[in-house]
Amino acid sequence: MKTTKWIFPLALMLALTLAATGCKHKPGTVTKLPGTRSGMMGESSEGTKPGGSFDPNAGGPVQTGGGQTANAADFENMTMDRAALAAHTLHFAFDSAAIKASEKASLEAVAAALKSDSSAKLLIEGGCDERGTEEYNRSLGERRALAAREALANDGVDPSRIRTISYGKDKPADPGHDEAAWAKNRRAEFILLHPKAGV
Amino acid sequence: MKNTFLSPINIVLLSLLAIAAPEPSHAQNEINIQSEITVMGRAKPVPISLEGFTGEAAEVLRFDLWVQGFSFVAPDAAQYRISGSGSGSVQGRVIDAISKQTKFSRSYTGATLRKQAHAFADDIVETITGKKGIGQTKIAFKAQSPGGAGEIYIADFDGHNPQAVTRDNSIVAAPAWAPGRALFYTSYEPGNPDIFYHNLSNGERRIVAKFSGLNTSAAISPDGTRMALILSKSGSPDVWVCNVDGSHLKQLTATPVDESSPCWSPDGQWICFATKMGERRVLAKVPAGGGTAQRIPTSGVSNPTEPDWSPDGKWIAFTSQMGGFDICLVPAAGGAATVLVAGEDPSWSPNSRTLVCTRRAGGRYTLSVLDAMTKQVKDIGRISGNDSQPAWAK
Repeated sequence: MKTTKWIFPLALMLALTLAATGCKHKPGTVTKLPGTRSGMMGESSEGTKPGGSFDPNAGGPVQTGGGQTANAADFENMTMDRAALAAHTLHFAFDSAAIKASEKASLEAVAAALKSDSSAKLLIEGGCDERGTEEYNRSLGERRALAAREALANDGVDPSRIRTISYGKDKPADPGHDEAAWAKNRRAEFILLHPKAGV
Repeated sequence: MKNTFLSPINIVLLSLLAIAAPEPSHAQNEINIQSEITVMGRAKPVPISLEGFTGEAAEVLRFDLWVQGFSFVAPDAAQYRISGSGSGSVQGRVIDAISKQTKFSRSYTGATLRKQAHAFADDIVETITGKKGIGQTKIAFKAQSPGGAGEIYIADFDGHNPQAVTRDNSIVAAPAWAPGRALFYTSYEPGNPDIFYHNLSNGERRIVAKFSGLNTSAAISPDGTRMALILSKSGSPDVWVCNVDGSHLKQLTATPVDESSPCWSPDGQWICFATKMGERRVLAKVPAGGGTAQRIPTSGVSNPTEPDWSPDGKWIAFTSQMGGFDICLVPAAGGAATVLVAGEDPSWSPNSRTLVCTRRAGGRYTLSVLDAMTKQVKDIGRISGNDSQPAWAK
């Protein structure tokens, strides 16, 4: 576990991150899916363009997804406040990343907290119940977190202030194996991030 | 490549022809695939007898041969009689009970008694089936404590000699082998699910994907140069491909739904993955260099995820979710799926006959080894609260 060998890849990632930041969209805008990927990697004429995409709903309504994800480097040196927004966890239907109409009040409360404190940022943790395979759930949890992020962006929160992480079914809120536990585990949790004092 | 695959229509046609009469104009490999469809999961085990082995040698032989399609019977009912001893070192002999001919007689020295027994089992398998045995192969997997944190482990294919690869006490996921004793896996140790490269020979490791959002499910191309992976940096979990050092990243799917679990065709031309089409979970494949994704039909089962393409190119093993979870097979071009046994997340052995998978028992995960032809299955020892996501070294 030699850590010195990480320096080169970390430097590479930093360079790529800077390249991405250089082309970042204006704060406050959300790029819809399927969207451009410009600026996400060191741009070169080949190898970075999206390959042929496919639309599973071809012929149906145009789909939108979340905006581009936030830059992780912007979230360093923040302290986590898990209590502040704990009452506003979103819950989801089985195998769904759609935000229920009943969750509007929670989203508004989270949006209000971010609007009232411009130095605060947000971490959204996506989670799933155990009734799915592991990597499927890891993707589903990410989609739940990204759906919450997009809803907040639509409420006027700058999405570059929001970071997502999916735990799939690796971090259940309730370790039980019944519907009551599963309902608690299909969720997006909001963790308020504050700048560390003196930073 | 494309031309050698059967289209779903051809599969149906062949099924009809198989009932009526053999169709000589079809290519030989198509007929082989068709005949294996009827055999996979339904083959009868080869009856053998084991005489003279005790202790660890007997235990190894019984495990290795059971999960490679042999059953144990009395000597007078056996097709092959296997005899020898395993005290001090292993020596053994295989006699064809019908011809009375000695197939081979061999003694083993060096290493450990356990390894000698695996080597004898491999010789038995290769002599009788013509396929190279799996007794001396390795698996990697995730061992998770009830609290959620875990480590990546490697072990012999039967779960013995486990070794922790990571010591991070962090959430880990999705180990994948690369040629030359190296692993790729996901770890949350950096505070985000990122993909690590880990050289098992010298312990060197580095992060190869650490974009915002999800970085997971690394799958290394058979030639060891390219990596398929899942990233969510575009706003939704999609399949991407890059060089194994993370360079030349290219997006292969751009859907608003979630993709998961990419794997490679053995010729490196295709990447197969789980996705959704019209709100239904499906398997699909996309050219590894980019292009249009196409569905791989899995008729007869629903909610397929976790595909793994067999090294011989013929099959895709996957998990279907229909109430419980089942290990299934489908011809690589798609078609009628065969349900094997309850389980999840199959990974093929190098000889394309045996699978290692995860099984839920009493709310916990354990690993199982499964012979795809006979459906004979055995659990392997558990390291932690939950062992899952096995990957068989090729």
